[in-house]
Amino acid sequence: MNQSNAIIQVRNLVKHYSQIHAVNGISFDVYEGEIFGLLGPNGAGKTTTLEIIETLREKTSGQVTVEGLSVDKDANAIKKFIGVQLQSAGYYPSLTLLELLRLFSGLYNVKIDPKEMLGLVGLEDRGKAKYKELSGGQKQRFSICTTLINQPKIVFLDEPTTGLDPQARRNLWDLIRQIRDKGTTVVITTHYMDEAENLCDRVAIVEKGRIIALDTPDKLIDDLVSKGFERKKEVKQANLEDVFLSLTGHEWRDE
Amino acid sequence: MQEIKYSQLRAMLAITRASLRSITRSPSAVVFTLAFPLIFIIVFGFIGGGVFSVDVAVKKDCDKNNPVYQALLNVPVIRLDTSLSESEMKSSLEKGRIDATLSVKINSESTMPQYLVYLETTNASRERGNILKSVLNNIFYNINTVIAKVPSIAELKEKEVSIREYKTIDFILPGQLGFSLLSSGVFGTAFVFLSLRQTLVIKRFFATPIQRPYIVLGEALSRLIFALTGALIIILIGHYAFHFTLIHGVITVINMLVLSTLGLIVFMGFGFAVSGIARNESAVPPIANIITLPQFLLSGTFFSISAFPSWLQPICNILPLTYLNDAMRKVAFEGAGLLSVGHQIGIVSLWGVAVYVLAVKVFKWE
Repeated sequence: MNQSNAIIQVRNLVKHYSQIHAVNGISFDVYEGEIFGLLGPNGAGKTTTLEIIETLREKTSGQVTVEGLSVDKDANAIKKFIGVQLQSAGYYPSLTLLELLRLFSGLYNVKIDPKEMLGLVGLEDRGKAKYKELSGGQKQRFSICTTLINQPKIVFLDEPTTGLDPQARRNLWDLIRQIRDKGTTVVITTHYMDEAENLCDRVAIVEKGRIIALDTPDKLIDDLVSKGFERKKEVKQANLEDVFLSLTGHEWRDE
Repeated sequence: MQEIKYSQLRAMLAITRASLRSITRSPSAVVFTLAFPLIFIIVFGFIGGGVFSVDVAVKKDCDKNNPVYQALLNVPVIRLDTSLSESEMKSSLEKGRIDATLSVKINSESTMPQYLVYLETTNASRERGNILKSVLNNIFYNINTVIAKVPSIAELKEKEVSIREYKTIDFILPGQLGFSLLSSGVFGTAFVFLSLRQTLVIKRFFATPIQRPYIVLGEALSRLIFALTGALIIILIGHYAFHFTLIHGVITVINMLVLSTLGLIVFMGFGFAVSGIARNESAVPPIANIITLPQFLLSGTFFSISAFPSWLQPICNILPLTYLNDAMRKVAFEGAGLLSVGHQIGIVSLWGVAVYVLAVKVFKWE
């Protein structure tokens, strides 16, 4: 993580939908090479913020730059070096994964080996399967696969693990860490705190369109503890999820 | 990052290729564009032999060894049926299954005339009854002149001028082609854009560097390729299996495909508009049917417009499919060039302009 190099800069971002104030003056930086988490309950404005940075949505006011380019003026240039996973993106349901990857290689104007791409997300055996035949976890992995086609500098993942079982979530975390370790910056939204704690280098907690906390997960926890916070119950060495995973194994569960 | 200039065209063609695959895997697209029109063509192709006949039941007491009956046997238009009983004859006559009953008897009361022909016709098939009567009169006349040697005061000298036969298929096929383009254009386009919007496929495209117009163009191009391939298959099957008339051969086919392209572009405009108006998939068929059904029935797809009552004709005469069908028939059967159907092309194009103005207003991206 390079602190001096903010790859995304958001300043005083505001988005109003007629009556609803979805985003109310948000500012933050995302540093190159980190996993940055936007946390918050449903409807806090995470997805709206993300889609404005992704150039998919117009903002009401404020400044957003990605790699020094303004989302207002250089949307098309930005789209070439970012990868976007939407909360519920669709793909032609009757096309096979290999055909869909060829489509996206055309859309990004890059040459790829579709089989190799599928290998990156552990779907090498499913190339001939149609998108509609995939399980939830496979769909998410395929969706992430399409974001990697243009070898992006930044990947945006909007609630990638929502609705997945514990195995699929953990394996997706591994995949996201691998992406970061190759030097790609990752911006992720989630409302699972264990996910943020495990995965994110820094997190911003969003509530009602504002950022109410921004730091590393460790720092945020330490701050709370230093204020005298104590958990009501003594924490055991393991929790129920650990029990579940040790009983059912860590392998991908696709069907 | 690559320094090669980004090509919108390359991105567009990627969409075209993917969309074309998606269309050919959709059963409804194949059924509407190819199967329906082909079924109609095949049905009408076989009926189309359309031999005109007068069905005559022969009574049991009919004498068959006489020159009148023998001559009737040799008239192709008259189909004699000797199998019916008296009661069957009565009901068949009432139901219109047969046009007349006939019995030839030897005149037992007098020597002249030698035979008496008893005929029973109905008011329902008066026309066919009259044909039967004139055929009989003709036979009497011939027998009189040949056998009885009655001098004739005039003789008919006939000469048939051979013209191109206007077969049923020559009427039906262009109509079915128009119908195929209409349903593929309206239903296909409306469903595709609605589902791209609803399943967020189009939103995922927005996250790539392709510009919006190229997404629409890519999809439209695949629809065009699919529908024109369908049109070509319909024309070729019509020509080789049912002898659909293509006056100037390949040139006629090319002219028909040019007309198909124009028609399809206009009909796709309707489809874009429907996809914008419809809120969900189940709203598409009612709205699309409002556009397609009247044209299907009133644009001369199955019957010539002249068969409609005069109060309906003004409606027939504003529908775009009417002009497309008309142009298609003129090109295929009369060998007209595209310039000589300029009037029809002009009206279809006017519809195109109007429809796209509407489509641009109501089209939704998200």
